[in-house]
Amino acid sequence: MRRLTLEPRPVASPVWGWASPVLAVVLTCLTGLLIFALLGKDPIEGFHVFFIRPVSSFWAVMELLLKATPLALCAIGLAVGFRAGIWNIGAEGQFILGAIFATAVALHFGDWPVISLLAMMIAGALGGMTWAAIPAFLRSRFNANEILVSLMLVYVAQLLVSWLVFGPWKDPMGFNFPQTVMFSDASLIPTLIEGQRLNLAFLMMLGSLVIAHVLMNHSRLGFSMRTSGQAPLAALYAGFSNRQSIYMGLLAGGACAGFAGMAEVAGPMGQLTDKLSLGYGFAAIIVAFVGRLHALGILLASLVMALFYVGGEQAQQYLNLPSAMSRVFQGMLLFFLLATDLLVNYRLVLRPSVRS
Amino acid sequence: MVSAPPVLELQKLSKVYSGFKANDEISICVPAGEIHAVLGENGAGKSTLMKMVYGVVQPTAGQILWRGKPVEVASPMAARRLGIGMVFQHFSLFESLTVAENTQLFLDDGQSPSSVRGALQDLSSRYGLDVQPDRHVHDLSVGERQRVEILRCLLQSPKLLILDEPTSVLTPQEVERLFVMLQRLSSEGCAILYISHKLQEIQRLCHRATVLQAGRVTGSCSPSQETQATLVAMMIGAATAAMPSAGMTSTSSTQEVKTKAGEAHRLSGLTVKDLSVKSSDPFGVSLKNLTFSVAPGEIVGIAGVSGNGQRELLKVLSGEVRLDNSDAILINSLPSGSLSVSRRRRHGLCVIPEDRLGTGAVPDFSLSDNAFLTGLYTKSLLSRSGLIRHQAVDAFAREIISSFHVKTRSEQSPARSLSGGNLQKFIVGRELLQHPSVLVCEQPTWGVDVNAASQLRQALRDLREQGCAILLISEDLDELFELSDRIMVAFQGRLSPAQPTSESTSQSLGLLMSGVWQ
Repeated sequence: MRRLTLEPRPVASPVWGWASPVLAVVLTCLTGLLIFALLGKDPIEGFHVFFIRPVSSFWAVMELLLKATPLALCAIGLAVGFRAGIWNIGAEGQFILGAIFATAVALHFGDWPVISLLAMMIAGALGGMTWAAIPAFLRSRFNANEILVSLMLVYVAQLLVSWLVFGPWKDPMGFNFPQTVMFSDASLIPTLIEGQRLNLAFLMMLGSLVIAHVLMNHSRLGFSMRTSGQAPLAALYAGFSNRQSIYMGLLAGGACAGFAGMAEVAGPMGQLTDKLSLGYGFAAIIVAFVGRLHALGILLASLVMALFYVGGEQAQQYLNLPSAMSRVFQGMLLFFLLATDLLVNYRLVLRPSVRS
Repeated sequence: MVSAPPVLELQKLSKVYSGFKANDEISICVPAGEIHAVLGENGAGKSTLMKMVYGVVQPTAGQILWRGKPVEVASPMAARRLGIGMVFQHFSLFESLTVAENTQLFLDDGQSPSSVRGALQDLSSRYGLDVQPDRHVHDLSVGERQRVEILRCLLQSPKLLILDEPTSVLTPQEVERLFVMLQRLSSEGCAILYISHKLQEIQRLCHRATVLQAGRVTGSCSPSQETQATLVAMMIGAATAAMPSAGMTSTSSTQEVKTKAGEAHRLSGLTVKDLSVKSSDPFGVSLKNLTFSVAPGEIVGIAGVSGNGQRELLKVLSGEVRLDNSDAILINSLPSGSLSVSRRRRHGLCVIPEDRLGTGAVPDFSLSDNAFLTGLYTKSLLSRSGLIRHQAVDAFAREIISSFHVKTRSEQSPARSLSGGNLQKFIVGRELLQHPSVLVCEQPTWGVDVNAASQLRQALRDLREQGCAILLISEDLDELFELSDRIMVAFQGRLSPAQPTSESTSQSLGLLMSGVWQ
């Protein structure tokens, strides 16, 4: 008799470290096709609508990059925290607060060219950081679990934005829709190419990937944060402050998510509504892990995730499938990643049974 | 008696890890009641062998016979069910749970907390192990944790007990008690597999010994019939193995030593004046009125059972715990009590902590990153713009590896892939190559094989020659006698007055360890 067993590897496999997310994406796509078939749709057509159509024209690719921008921004900020062992899962709330802060600037000081926009960018980042500072303070002062605190603050943020757009900030001419007035041109992020919606935020996202990479891999601060995350006692021994890394880890995530929220209201939306986020903050957690908490990986993973978002919309439009399709793909991606990650530390071996 | 099968018999057991033979056809036979030593250097394959017996890993080939019947030990739980208990060198306790809870988890049957607590107290008093069931494991010192591990195994009245380096953290009196306990267990018919580097102990305690080298059995003997030299020869495999004392830099020219000694006049070593620290932890030890000094070119030892304030003292000296008052600690005349780790290290302090994997080194970081961990303060590893100079870091890591003979594939290997002794050499190397003028070290050779231990001790002696003031906290009295110029004893947060080593004996220190000087 031979049997299949899992054996721990002496050292984690660097090959599988990268191959595992790729395999997870492949498995997700294959299962997706199976689901199309089970729903009575032609899998070939489903594949085309979901995966080919979103990259089949210049306009479509621009839209894909636009979608990837907030995902990658949120994910890289989270990755900084994750590598410091800080489990911020409240990027969604920090995203909303960034949008709220930026909207406050746009509504009150929105008509000065350049200055308004710069102020909005700063306000957006500050908004996210403010929200992230709450779990940071509670964690470092009272050792309160940042996972729970940051998650619960998401719901507070959602209620806050609802109150604002249903109440004080509601557009008086907006037929009672829960939304603010449209921002003036000075409060909108300039687009990169005439006629497309992709804007400057995309380039700033690329810049933030580079900055985060240098911070985490080449700076003393990043080293001390990684040490705190991996071995808090070693960090104390080496003179690194765990408190500093809690604050840095959460504030980096808050700043990036807040900036992404700002880029959403000052970009494709042009106003604040209560439906401003499509779960980018949560999807970014998956993006961060599929991207191995690495800047380049996160960029690629954000494109895949953006494809799921756009593909989901397309499926709704052309295949008459529910919009929850993109959530299903997100969930499957995380599921398969967790499964394939087993192969990083274990290997499958076919061994003869030891039996006399 | 003659017909009774041995408790454990290993037949040509092999374990191959991705092409590397950790164990190569090892056969061992342990009858009931025998205390059987497994001797070998770090990396000789002792741990792998024990893990196969205990079901942690599965053999690639060969067979395990348990009381004459072939068995497959699928898991540690299966091993425990057979009657095999094991005390690991790296402990396997949950830090956030209490001693009783850890024990309860370890037992497969659902015993009530109160019955576990009662059983623990009974055994603890019977064997004089002094363990309090309601303390949290993270508050326990290494020595105390080990006692918990041993007790936990004894609760299941095992037929075979595996002990990995059990005495390295015990006082001589405690070693005596442990030996009495082991001999009692042995006379009750329990077989014992005893892994140790301490040849004297093995000669005293063990009935038979199997010697491993590079994954193979190189000898089997009755240790009491052998000399230490012949045992070492079997371990190292060299016929001419006199007791190894090869230091790494013992040939440094006398001129260099002189200039360093000249420098030492400017440096005044470590002075601690009336240091009292209230512990913030309910189970921690408060330090009370400590006053001592370590002069340049001197090694002062602190003996004592772990858990008497040694760990707290180390943290206060290193800067991990800061005081309000700077004057209680002088590092080279600089009042340092309230200074950060970084300021103290830049002023010539280096620290070697007791716990290697987790404090002294980050397990998942490469050796390079671990070299940077404290090297950043003195080795100019940062560029002017504040970025890490990776090439300089790699070079520093390679320097440590080559000067301290660290066995590793490369400086990019993770710290966790090194054996305990090799990692310790790396950590000691990292600190010593920063040329400290004050060194505080705790248990520098704990769990390290004879060869590496003597290398590390020689390195400490060389450092003393160069004018470094060394505070050596250790529970190994032999080591303290060998290295220290003066010795103090820690007891309940206080220190006995330092006395010259020449005037100390293990008996006199043993008395001090129970606090009689007060």
